[in-house]
Amino acid sequence: MIRNQLLVCAGGACITSGEKSVKDVLVEELKKNNIEDEVQLIETGCMGACDLGPIVVVYPEGTFYQKVNVKNAPLIVTEHLVKGRTVPDLLYSEPVGEKKAHTSAEIPFYARQVKRVLRNCGAIDPLSIDEYIARDGYFALAKALEMTQEEIIKLLIDSGLRGRGGAGFPTGLKWKAAREAVGSPKYVVCNGDEGDPGAFMDRSVLEGDPHSIIEAMTIAGYAIGAQKGYMYVRAEYPLAIERFDYALSKAREMGFLGDNILNSGFDFDIEIRIGAGAFVCGEETALLRSIEGKRGTPTVKPPFPAQSGLWGQPTLINNVETYANISQIIIKGAEWFRSVGSLKSPGTKVFALAGNVQNTGLVEVPMGTTLRELVFEIGGGIPGGKKFKAAQTGGPSGGVITADYLDMPIDFDTVKEIGTIMGSGGLIVLDETSCMVDVAKFYLGFTVDESCGKCTPCREGTRQMYQMLERICDGKGKDGDIQKLNRLAETIKDTSLCGLGQSAPNPVLSTIRFYKDEYEAHIGEKRCPAHVCKHLLVYSINAEKCVGCTACARQCPAQAIAGEVRKAHVIDQSKCIKCGSCYETCRFGAISKE
Amino acid sequence: MKSLDELKRIKDQTLKEMDLRQAKERGKIVVAMGTCGIAAGAKDTLMVIIDELSKADVHDVKVVQSGCMGLCDREPTVEVSMKNQPVVVYGDVDEANARRIVREHIQGGKVVTDLVIKRENI
Repeated sequence: MIRNQLLVCAGGACITSGEKSVKDVLVEELKKNNIEDEVQLIETGCMGACDLGPIVVVYPEGTFYQKVNVKNAPLIVTEHLVKGRTVPDLLYSEPVGEKKAHTSAEIPFYARQVKRVLRNCGAIDPLSIDEYIARDGYFALAKALEMTQEEIIKLLIDSGLRGRGGAGFPTGLKWKAAREAVGSPKYVVCNGDEGDPGAFMDRSVLEGDPHSIIEAMTIAGYAIGAQKGYMYVRAEYPLAIERFDYALSKAREMGFLGDNILNSGFDFDIEIRIGAGAFVCGEETALLRSIEGKRGTPTVKPPFPAQSGLWGQPTLINNVETYANISQIIIKGAEWFRSVGSLKSPGTKVFALAGNVQNTGLVEVPMGTTLRELVFEIGGGIPGGKKFKAAQTGGPSGGVITADYLDMPIDFDTVKEIGTIMGSGGLIVLDETSCMVDVAKFYLGFTVDESCGKCTPCREGTRQMYQMLERICDGKGKDGDIQKLNRLAETIKDTSLCGLGQSAPNPVLSTIRFYKDEYEAHIGEKRCPAHVCKHLLVYSINAEKCVGCTACARQCPAQAIAGEVRKAHVIDQSKCIKCGSCYETCRFGAISKE
Repeated sequence: MKSLDELKRIKDQTLKEMDLRQAKERGKIVVAMGTCGIAAGAKDTLMVIIDELSKADVHDVKVVQSGCMGLCDREPTVEVSMKNQPVVVYGDVDEANARRIVREHIQGGKVVTDLVIKRENI
């Protein structure tokens, strides 16, 4: 007889912060207290609040314990489970105030979310197909197999679902094109090559709810007339691969994959293809080449994959999060799907919240939620009392949303209007200490590394732009650099072969648009307003505050600081290499950085 | 797996196993598990209540533990708070009494008067 269930978050972040050893301690303590037959421990997928991990939730109370470690984990057993006393030290308390939250519903981070795509993540055991079925899993497949292909596609078109990979193309139309394309065999592909820095939405779904993707791909196979699916997932996601593979074997065992699925006469199976580590393989044509066993480089569109994809055959390709929406649309209908979100972008969007924000992690909100709600209400604001500066979306293909647009509803179309893209959902919060030229340089550096080299504008163009940014950050910028950057950016956008190159200049264009003054300060005044660009900094010692302790002089690797004991020291600017070690060392706040 | 009925069967069966994780709206049974309670057999009481509820197919009542309620000589004590009804505290709840509480109070809707040690006035 089970009286309590312990849900232990085994998402990637919690595992990194020690979930496995916490779990071992819990199992041991349960045995020690002779209650291992009464208390069941279940490892789940990501619960979303990644900075609070490892997380343990005790049911039926739903008590939410956070930052559990091997030292305090025994308390959950000896106090809560044996003596019925909550462990107050492990409850979440808000950054300000004394109030403690007992359940996740009392934590603002969770309270404002609408979980559709992530509905099973952190709530079920991802290795249990039974638990997936208990949450209506595979009922959508059963229902879909009794519908006609046209009915399914019409339902998707009516729902208004748009591709969650970033571009927002209507999913129903994509399915329609793949169904109407002439040719056999046809293929279904899932793009799990999530590569944007800071993005981990798709990984969490694959780790936490793998069956939802299997079910949706099977429905897609039926709807377009394909019998074979490929799950393309990046090699850097070993846990996702492991769990998805296990889920595939269970689905085959139960007859949700294979021949004559649910007695319908429809055959379908899925194979995993592991990426080899190139960002460009997230671009659909490059991904298809990679599945074929060729080098992952893009090809010209048209023809689109729907007409000529894998091995030249009609191919439907969707992103993980898009598939994760399908089953619920089949069961609950188009109207239900449209009940949240904005008119042209219905439904929810999962964001990976990261950067200078209090609560980092995975959040799912209705489309049209404002940046203010995301950053300040769910994200809990900026740590350390600093000011919000901007949010970067869309990774290396996107741009920034500035403080002026905090109240703009975020959906596919609104973000495009201000020069960024929704992207797959990475949302990096930047505070006032971020230099926007440096941010643009970071993202461009990423594309320079990841450009496949097939077309010249992307291969050479991004490198030229990067070198210009480097010069600007080094204090060697010249008048006219901004115009040159703009011109080159437009050329790259217009002439690159694939989406990677066409969108690569976006981080630069977007930051020039909103932070031109910062570029000008770097170029004209040789000054970095956020004090980030090393070569533009001047370190100096305030003679009134300096007590002459000599600590900085001893720390300086360039022997650039001179001065006698108990007398004010001086930095020789010609020798200073701007490493900042004097600034870090000084205990009297006598060194300033300008 | 060949039919929808089979799928439904797995769903219903697994839902029972996942029952602890569902929201339970109708009420809450609190078993005091202080040292005094445990010494008087509160753990058996707790397990019997869970067993009895599951046998009776009751899934909308939560069973949780608490620390000592301060009535150490009447342990094990059990507090029953059903929605829109006054909270009742029972004393001397051994296994047999625990079964009675589930049958008469939770299922039958009648307070087991001879076991009551405290009743909230409304």
